[in-house]
Amino acid sequence: MTVQIVYFAWVRERIGKPGETVELAPEVATVADLVRWLRAQGPEYEAAFARPELVRAAIDRSHVKPDTPIAGAREIAFFPPVTGG
Amino acid sequence: MKVRVQTADFDVGEEVRRLTLGQHDIGAVVTFTGTVRGEAKGRPIVSMTLEHYPGMTEAELERIVADAEARWPLSATLVVHRYGELKPGDNIVLVVAASRHRHAAFEAAAFLMDFLKSRATFWKKETTADGEGHWVDAREADEAALARWAPRPAASD
Repeated sequence: MTVQIVYFAWVRERIGKPGETVELAPEVATVADLVRWLRAQGPEYEAAFARPELVRAAIDRSHVKPDTPIAGAREIAFFPPVTGG
Repeated sequence: MKVRVQTADFDVGEEVRRLTLGQHDIGAVVTFTGTVRGEAKGRPIVSMTLEHYPGMTEAELERIVADAEARWPLSATLVVHRYGELKPGDNIVLVVAASRHRHAAFEAAAFLMDFLKSRATFWKKETTADGEGHWVDAREADEAALARWAPRPAASD
């Protein structure tokens, strides 16, 4: 499956780009699976996801938990806990 | 429009005037304005840059407004949040809740801010005088603040 991934704040800075399109194998089934897959893509990804509990995710612009399936997702976002307001 | 995400500043009086214009069912207007503090952890900051997730931020703020409107009888609601580079003393966020009576307006404004702080997709980066930027850490207290808004038992009233 092909999916658009976007990054924000220090996740974006550590990976070094605002987003990318990736091709995923069917065994990458959940958000947590995707984090594990991304961590293996290079040291910049390893740096961004070194402490996965500090990274939040959204699928198609709604917050999701790590165990959420990604099937059918168009856009998956990774970012630190929010600090607006 | 009940939700705006913008770089431009806002004028609290003007926003309230436009929001409540011609509505005579309003007896209470509560506003909250968040502004940029000039120091962080005891060190002066020269600027604060806010990044956000275009599209999701607006969607999330609209969900929060809809939740507040489902919970209190609100006559008017507004959330304005700025992004980009801000200076100490600048406005960051405005929340307005208007209702017939003050309790609903006070509570709805607090609810909107509590959920905005832990759900709306904004990130703050503070720049100190040495030019270094630091991403602001999320506060656990912000997440804990949501507990007071747990759904009440249906039989309570």
